[in-house]
Amino acid sequence: MGYLFALAGNQNCGKTTLFNQLTGSNQHVGNFPGVTVEKKEGTIQLDGPRRRWGRGEEDKSQDGATLVDLPGIYSLSPYTAEEVVTRDFLVKQHPDAIINIIDATNIERNLYLTLQLIELGIPMVLALNMMDEVRASGSSIDVAALSKELGIPAVPISASKGEGVADLAREAMRVASTRQKPSRLDFCTGPVHRAIHATAHVIENHTSGTGFPARFAASKILEGDEPLERSLGLDQADLDIIGHVVEEMERETGTDREAALADMRYSYIEGLCSKVVTKRGVSRDRQRSERIDGILTHRIFAIPVFLLIMFAIFGLTFGWPGSWFSDLFSAGVDWVTAQVDAWLTQAQVSGWMHSLVIDGVFAGVGSVLSFLPVIMLLFFFLSLLEDSGYMARVAFVMDKLLRRIGLSGRSFVPMLMGFGCSVPAIMATRTLASRRDRVMTILLVPFMSCSAKLPIYAVFCAAFFPDHAAVVMICLYVLGMVTGVLAALVLKNSLFRGNPVPFVMELPNYRMPSLKSVLLLMWEKAKDFLQRAFTIIFLASLVVWFLQSFDPRFNLVSDSSTSLLAALGGLVAPIFAPLGFGDWRLSTALITGLTAKETVVSTLAVLMGAGTDQNALLPLLHTVFTPLTAVSFLTFTLLYMPCVASFAAIRRELGSTGKAVTAMACQTGVAWVVAFVVYHLGAMILGVAL
Amino acid sequence: MTLDQMTVGQTAVITVVGGQGALRRHLLDMGLTPRTTVSVTKIAPLGDPIELHLRGYQLSIRKEDASSIQVELKEGK
Repeated sequence: MGYLFALAGNQNCGKTTLFNQLTGSNQHVGNFPGVTVEKKEGTIQLDGPRRRWGRGEEDKSQDGATLVDLPGIYSLSPYTAEEVVTRDFLVKQHPDAIINIIDATNIERNLYLTLQLIELGIPMVLALNMMDEVRASGSSIDVAALSKELGIPAVPISASKGEGVADLAREAMRVASTRQKPSRLDFCTGPVHRAIHATAHVIENHTSGTGFPARFAASKILEGDEPLERSLGLDQADLDIIGHVVEEMERETGTDREAALADMRYSYIEGLCSKVVTKRGVSRDRQRSERIDGILTHRIFAIPVFLLIMFAIFGLTFGWPGSWFSDLFSAGVDWVTAQVDAWLTQAQVSGWMHSLVIDGVFAGVGSVLSFLPVIMLLFFFLSLLEDSGYMARVAFVMDKLLRRIGLSGRSFVPMLMGFGCSVPAIMATRTLASRRDRVMTILLVPFMSCSAKLPIYAVFCAAFFPDHAAVVMICLYVLGMVTGVLAALVLKNSLFRGNPVPFVMELPNYRMPSLKSVLLLMWEKAKDFLQRAFTIIFLASLVVWFLQSFDPRFNLVSDSSTSLLAALGGLVAPIFAPLGFGDWRLSTALITGLTAKETVVSTLAVLMGAGTDQNALLPLLHTVFTPLTAVSFLTFTLLYMPCVASFAAIRRELGSTGKAVTAMACQTGVAWVVAFVVYHLGAMILGVAL
Repeated sequence: MTLDQMTVGQTAVITVVGGQGALRRHLLDMGLTPRTTVSVTKIAPLGDPIELHLRGYQLSIRKEDASSIQVELKEGK
């Protein structure tokens, strides 16, 4: 077994870039146990590096090290899942070393976390990132003095350029092999100092079982960290003493416990920085960021420019560059399908097996795979927005709009992406800071009408509203958004009552995104999607194929109207009767729409006897629909549960099959109710007897 | 006066950080502690949130949350 290293740091300090530099493509993404906080693991390879990073360390280092990327956090307080996860990991998994990366251009606030990490007493290395920018702006940091003052080794690096990364890895190996703990724990004097020592003394005997060092626990308890205090199981006498200590500290400092501790840390950092940092005016990056912000967060231009950027992204993804990529991809899938088809025919494989492979597996997985180019392109653009620092500006500009429905500006881009494809939109919620926002956004994304539903709208509009197609389509999109807003308001006042996570967000300087990070993220998301395409989506395709191909006596069907699926459609058809479309062919089409929404049209065409000719379908639709029931059907189609690929994404992000199924059921329920209202209101307005 | 009442370009020193729970803790963790100098650099196009400059970086917070922070304006600014 090699070493276990933990990578900790603030958001926006280049942590992911450093992680990618240290581990290359040896990455594994998962979740921390019990919570849906993303956990990335990688291996620091020593093959090549052994030459570079020197030999002669303890045996363990020859096996390399596992590096765990902890969530980007600003403090070790117990308020967010990310902070708790970090704390638990550091205390319970006993990493051999912590690599604490800080943004050297923003050293004051970054060191705040460092001071808390040091208190854990784990061997630690400080990585001063973006030192190239510090130098370029004419400032300087005395790294040796900083390291001496803090009592931990410090290595200047530039993660984006790869400078100093090898030194950093070597230093981490060294502190791990020599178990070199931080040599200093006290960063304060006066009343707070006395209070920490008094508290540490009281709780000393209680901390051994918890893994928390007494010193760390003492400052946390003084700060009012109730979860930690409870976990120690102190008796009343101890609590009384601590209460007294706190009172005295508050009296002497003239402020409350939380502010006293935060002030103690920041005061120390201010003193430290005045000794080791030489600043020369405003840095170049800051000046550049201000210039860019002059347009991107401009009072008037901000929103038009944002819409323009999103328009460009959608244009590139769903317009010709994206569709060229998609066509190329599906041509590839078709070619493979044709090869296998020919081979199966030649080998005279039995009919049902042939059908299973071609109509089931290849058609099902193939149609879902056609999303892949879209997902990769959207993530390419998304990570450009995120890594450049623009996403934080979007949140800043759009926050007020989303606040009313209980979300923050951060949810805007994922929701917008929902109009393209729900799958990447749901996957994109990973970047949201709080679990609450994430879950709420995931539940709302499917209400944004995705592009796969467009062919359905198009056919119905051509059949029933040829002169008002655009109006009907816009109404549908608006109806989806309005329903989403109403759903959000309901969620806000029920499931997600209570205080939302505060919107206190750093606006980092604009930076050039690193191509390596962007490509790695794209690859990671593609892999994630492929894994699901070949598991849950594969299974779903088989089930649909089975239902389509066999009749209730398990004979292969020649006429699709006698299949199990048709029987199932007939079974559920009465549910849709109150919505005005109780025909079994329509419910069957809706069921097949679960594999991919555009399938609704092709299934309808087959069941109505139009074959593959969609123009022949238009007059046939008039035999089962009136314009009013067509609207009701479209409304239901707009809102009912998303396709199986989205379901798989929702299940993965919510971390629970049960919750995902409940979400789907609720969504379908909402669709039914809204379609019912639309149908009956419409009938009243038009004066039609139902 | 409170932080949300400041106009763009004004600089002030924080005197009291009010509020409670996670929000207050988060504000303190981000460096909004008493005696810190903070200036307002921008107001979002829709009028909220605001952008602050403190401790060498830019932070955005909502006016509602900023209203729990008491400040004293710096003279001559």
